[in-house]
Amino acid sequence: MIWLTWRQLRGGAAMVSGALVVLAAALALTGPGLAAGYAEGITGCLRDGDCTRFFDRFFDEYQTPFLGVTVIVLVLPAVTGLFWGAPLITHELEAGTHLLVWNQTITRTRWLAVKLGITGLAAMAAAGIASLAVTWWSGPLDRSAEPGFTMMDPLVFGARGIAPVGYAAFAFILGVTVGILVRRTLPAMALTLVVFAAIQIAMPSLVRPHLMPPVRSVVELGPVNIDQFLVPDDGSPRMLLESAVPGQTGAWVLSSRLLDPAGRPIDDGTGEAALPISVASGACARQEGAGSPKGHMETCVAEINRLGYRQAATYHPFERFWAFQWIETGVYALLTLALTGLCLRWVRRRLS
Amino acid sequence: MTPILQSQELGKKYGRRWALRDCTLEIPAGRVVGLVGPNGAGKSTFLKLAAGQLAPTSGGITVLGGRPADGPAQLAKIGFVAQDTPVYPRLTVADHLRLGAGLNPGWDAGLARQRIERLGLDPAQRAGGLSGGQRAQLALTMGLAKRPRLLLLDEPVASLDPLARREFLQGLMEAVVEYELSVVLSSHLLSDLERACDHLIVLTGSRVRVAGEVERLLATHHRLSGPRREPGRLPADQHVITARHADRQSTVIVRADGPILDPSWSVSHLTLEDLVLAYMDRQADQHTDEPARAITLEGRR
Amino acid sequence: MIEFHLDARSGVSPYLQLVHQVRHALRLGLLREGDRLPTVKDVVARLAINPNTVLKAYRELEHEGLVAARPGVGTFVTRTLANASLAAHEPLRRELRRWLAKARLAGLDDESIEALFSTTFRSAAEEDIA
Repeated sequence: MIWLTWRQLRGGAAMVSGALVVLAAALALTGPGLAAGYAEGITGCLRDGDCTRFFDRFFDEYQTPFLGVTVIVLVLPAVTGLFWGAPLITHELEAGTHLLVWNQTITRTRWLAVKLGITGLAAMAAAGIASLAVTWWSGPLDRSAEPGFTMMDPLVFGARGIAPVGYAAFAFILGVTVGILVRRTLPAMALTLVVFAAIQIAMPSLVRPHLMPPVRSVVELGPVNIDQFLVPDDGSPRMLLESAVPGQTGAWVLSSRLLDPAGRPIDDGTGEAALPISVASGACARQEGAGSPKGHMETCVAEINRLGYRQAATYHPFERFWAFQWIETGVYALLTLALTGLCLRWVRRRLS
Repeated sequence: MTPILQSQELGKKYGRRWALRDCTLEIPAGRVVGLVGPNGAGKSTFLKLAAGQLAPTSGGITVLGGRPADGPAQLAKIGFVAQDTPVYPRLTVADHLRLGAGLNPGWDAGLARQRIERLGLDPAQRAGGLSGGQRAQLALTMGLAKRPRLLLLDEPVASLDPLARREFLQGLMEAVVEYELSVVLSSHLLSDLERACDHLIVLTGSRVRVAGEVERLLATHHRLSGPRREPGRLPADQHVITARHADRQSTVIVRADGPILDPSWSVSHLTLEDLVLAYMDRQADQHTDEPARAITLEGRR
Repeated sequence: MIEFHLDARSGVSPYLQLVHQVRHALRLGLLREGDRLPTVKDVVARLAINPNTVLKAYRELEHEGLVAARPGVGTFVTRTLANASLAAHEPLRRELRRWLAKARLAGLDDESIEALFSTTFRSAAEEDIA
């Protein structure tokens, strides 16, 4: 049975391993250069005391390959689920070969267990290898990533560490389950894609934030959590908050609100707000010829902080990355086990 | 002799439709059983139930003393060649033999190799490129090489040309002698099976109409023709299968265990085909839902 | 060795056809004492028929005392039906040929000849019984 499963998987396995070898080679060739460039830049910028500019420049330079490899790791589980999972049983049903193999001296349970085991492990291994290679390669970039692209952010989180292994296992068994229920390859593949995509979107937006209670904090405003700050000549200064929390580099910020001195949120929900502060006089008043615009801004922000305006943020700190990886992988492992049980039951009882 | 297959009130429902119902049968060992009936009569369902590929909705079936497909030991005893003789199109002939060897502890590699050689199949050929006849032979080889005690074949020759059909049945009959197999094979055409089988089951409209030894069936069924009379006026041991009445003449096909003594009848023998057609006619005449009890004639030796 | 064949349209059951063919071969001297009949497997493989049909035919022949089965070896002819009469075949055949030639000369076609022969054969048989 092991031989037969391997024999049926051979073509697909060769293709995926080929692609993985190309990916690994490309990463292995460029990885050391990337790491060296980062090390060089970081020593330089540490001497100067401010690394923000270096991070921005470095990340910008590699943004395209960074996104490319991230997407590869995100898509790979779906690909194996679609092309290995969905046809695993439907191919047999469509060709009638299940009737051939079910009459050999092997129970259906064992037949399915071996098929699921080998093909599923292959899908998990492929995702694991890809994820580890990409995690290694993009280490320097992950350290310099701008908000929205850190390892805790949904897009990148799913393409790092061990979570892709869980996704691959789940996508695979989802494909098999849908295949067993739908019984035809193409519809099963389409349905698998739709369901998997929906789950992959629902997970980070609806489930993952609640896997651990987020940290809530109210902090002063500063360069880290202000994205844009406009002080017009007349009217109110407008402020747009950044999804970032001072002192929490790489944190996954779930919400970022601007609070007035009374503690009421005054932004429009997206972190943008007009501050009821006079620009005609006081700290935020434009003073002709007095100091640089940057200095003026800093004075104004200091005044705003003094008045009691704060950022109220909920976030998961970067240190929770591996805890989240394990929890999420565990959740997908449980889903995988549940569907495996369903498949085994269905094949033993219902299918023919 | 203990029967090789026994079913009691066996039934299988797909959704709301009965594919097979009230099937009570006994098949003695060492027979070649022909399962005949039109398409959709329930032949495949019966064979799949016997092979354990389906679970019954009602009733029970025992094959070789066990529930079909109840564990590897039971699977090893029954060979099943499904309709259209499925094989893995991308695997070669040799791959199939390797598959069989790997999945069956009782695999007879010598038998498989010899058969493939004698059939002139190229072991390196992909099964997808085989002709229908060759594919059927490959499937039969796999069914035989696991050395089952009962081999079930679902419409094995339906899609074969006459030559391939004959070659297939030759190989099958030879295997019956050599390995002392019991065989159940189905066809919608009696002529495919007539020579090969010594036991017959007629299945129409998801019910068994008649089952028994071919010889005994032929010996106990007669066509009577004579002056017109009412069908009720026959001796109690004569059961009317079909009756046709013209103005002055009646022609009746009856099953009777004893001789026909009434001198006003002229009695003629039926061919197997006449007999099968008579039972099929009878089904067409009756309401399909009437629980027509299957007539089972035990084979005596 | 005898080669069996089956006529599907004769209406005679397959096992009887096999019995007839053996008897026929015995009469014509094509099978002699000590000859082996084909094994059941050979017949089955050639004709694609049920093995029990062949077994039944062989049992019938055994019952008639024409053949005997030696387990593990095969089924052998033990008696011939041609012994005494075989010598007489040739002169009788010559006479029959002459008769056929006469019949043709008298203008009978094949069908009439056959009809004449079979009616005469039958009435002679009936007279014998009577």
